[in-house]
Amino acid sequence: MNAVRDNTAFRRLVAALNRMLAHPDLALKGTIRSAVDWLSMRKSRLLGGLGLAGLLVLAGAFVWAAEPEIDVAEPVDPSSLDPDLVEEGARLAAVGNCIACHTVPGGEAFAGGLPLPTPFGTIHSTNITPDPETGIGRWSEAAFRRSLHEGVARNGSHLYPAFPYTHYTLTSDEDVAALYAYLMSRTPVEKTAPENDLVFPLGFRPLLAGWKLLYFDDGRFEPVAAESDDWNRGAYLAEGLGHCSGCHTPRNALGATIDDEHWAGGEAEGWTAYAINESNPAPVPWDTDALAFYLRHGWHPAHGVSRGPMAEVTGNLGRLPDSDIHAIAVYTDAVMGEPDAARQTAADDLLAAVENGRGSGQSADTMAAIPAAEGDRGAALYAGACASCHSAGRPQPYGGLDFRLSTAVHSDNPQNIINVTLYGLPPADGAASPIMPAFHGVLSDDDMVALMSYMRETFTDEPAWEGLEERVADTRSGAHHVSVRPADMIERAPGNLGAEEQPWRQD
Amino acid sequence: MATGLTVNGEAVEARSDPDTPLLYVLRDELGLNGAKYGCGLGQCGSCTVMVDGEAVLSCLMPLLTVEGREVTTVEGLGTLEEPGPMQRAFIAENAAQCGYCIPGMMMRAQATLTANPDAKEVEIRQALEYNLCRCGTHMRILRAIRRAQDEMRNATEEA
Repeated sequence: MNAVRDNTAFRRLVAALNRMLAHPDLALKGTIRSAVDWLSMRKSRLLGGLGLAGLLVLAGAFVWAAEPEIDVAEPVDPSSLDPDLVEEGARLAAVGNCIACHTVPGGEAFAGGLPLPTPFGTIHSTNITPDPETGIGRWSEAAFRRSLHEGVARNGSHLYPAFPYTHYTLTSDEDVAALYAYLMSRTPVEKTAPENDLVFPLGFRPLLAGWKLLYFDDGRFEPVAAESDDWNRGAYLAEGLGHCSGCHTPRNALGATIDDEHWAGGEAEGWTAYAINESNPAPVPWDTDALAFYLRHGWHPAHGVSRGPMAEVTGNLGRLPDSDIHAIAVYTDAVMGEPDAARQTAADDLLAAVENGRGSGQSADTMAAIPAAEGDRGAALYAGACASCHSAGRPQPYGGLDFRLSTAVHSDNPQNIINVTLYGLPPADGAASPIMPAFHGVLSDDDMVALMSYMRETFTDEPAWEGLEERVADTRSGAHHVSVRPADMIERAPGNLGAEEQPWRQD
Repeated sequence: MATGLTVNGEAVEARSDPDTPLLYVLRDELGLNGAKYGCGLGQCGSCTVMVDGEAVLSCLMPLLTVEGREVTTVEGLGTLEEPGPMQRAFIAENAAQCGYCIPGMMMRAQATLTANPDAKEVEIRQALEYNLCRCGTHMRILRAIRRAQDEMRNATEEA
């Protein structure tokens, strides 16, 4: 935006349009949202996209230049910052997982430049260090607050919702102030992110105004009086800064989370983000204690270790006070709901039958022989490649999980078990971590299919997976891109959040 | 039932059961003792060999997956009389203390440099994360790999 205009007329138009969209009798907003969701669920992405691109252009045109620029501010003197506020901000930044997107793995923390693949092209995260030229060093707290609450950059341009302001808008002004203090206390890094590479015409940011009219509701978190303090605190963190929905709620053709499918499962960086509502596929239902333990430690005896993008989340959340972790667990448990009696009984029986987590541990030499698998390649592969860890009864997190407890093997979607088998759990750098070898050099695509099918049949009562061959091939070829990181170690985070910078890095 | 595979350039027929780990086949059946048994769980890397150019943990590789493929062990990198560049570099840098992990280290490094002759320090370190050394000679191991990298690059340029 080269000039700041008098926005009064535009703002009135926007307000009028918003009123019209939200009018209870017309229910336009809801109707349009439902229409897009409906189209999305029927895979008519193209149709939905085309139909709504027109609408977006129209809406975007209405609100062209609707947001004013906020003047540049003098850079904050880090020594003037309140250390307690900075520390609180560090914890909140951990909840927001800010570092995950705003840092290139192995690069300087918060300096941005990470390419984020989306169905609409590649977006590069921005530099949020206090560098005055290339970072946010000249953003006032008001400008920073507006970006989190309204999705508008300091210069007035709209931000892509890859930056989850749809969730961050719930964050209180006090917490935004702490986050601001924390970021301003970071080392400034001079670095400009590469240009975004988005499908036409999405590079034109005013269009985002149309998207925001449909999908963005500006507003702070409102506590629910009927619920407990823990529930409210958990909801505030999980729905706001924590933005669990970012991965765990499915998205429609326009990239917006589908309201009716809250926490019903989504995708992140090539991994399945399981449903964490009542349709969670874990063989042993989660409860508050299990969730809190998992979020704190990154593993749980009856569920295994966190991996993929969730490893960063648990790595970050592990730095929160017990009260906050407990609150998130309370809220999540409430969303998941009570398991029905049959499911709980099955889980109790399963836990009684499975030694994993309580076993003393055996080595390949002493464990009971796996019965010879005449003619079944999957069984022979399991016996030779998997059983010495996964059928040995060694406890989590370093022992292999008994697959009768595995959410990955019980899930409708085999993507995660394929990812872990092909790419393993890489060791963390200079720290103890669960390790699983990568098997891409060992198992052919046919081997993978035989092994996955054997495991599905042997360890679950679920029907065979469909489309396994194609999924394995696409994962190996990179047609389906998967991010691979160590389990529960956030190599991207700075030292004070639990991971190492890499001084030996050599670029 | 015999399984046909190539080991260090030579066609062999292995007679072990199909679910036998490749490591046992190499050591017990073929008498190649370079690859070592450390943990048997894919956690230490001392059994690392190359299969079709890629580093794998032979303790977790059932024989049936190796049929028709090319296995390279540390014995395939050179001989006592004529050690290869990776072996020469490890000798020159005195990279071994007890030496138990070294064949695995060499094979992991060889696979890494074969795939990417210009691998950066960070990439070499990441690749070697899977291989443990209990004596703590990591710095010498890394120096040896950089030396081997230089020697391999020079050889390529001269050729």
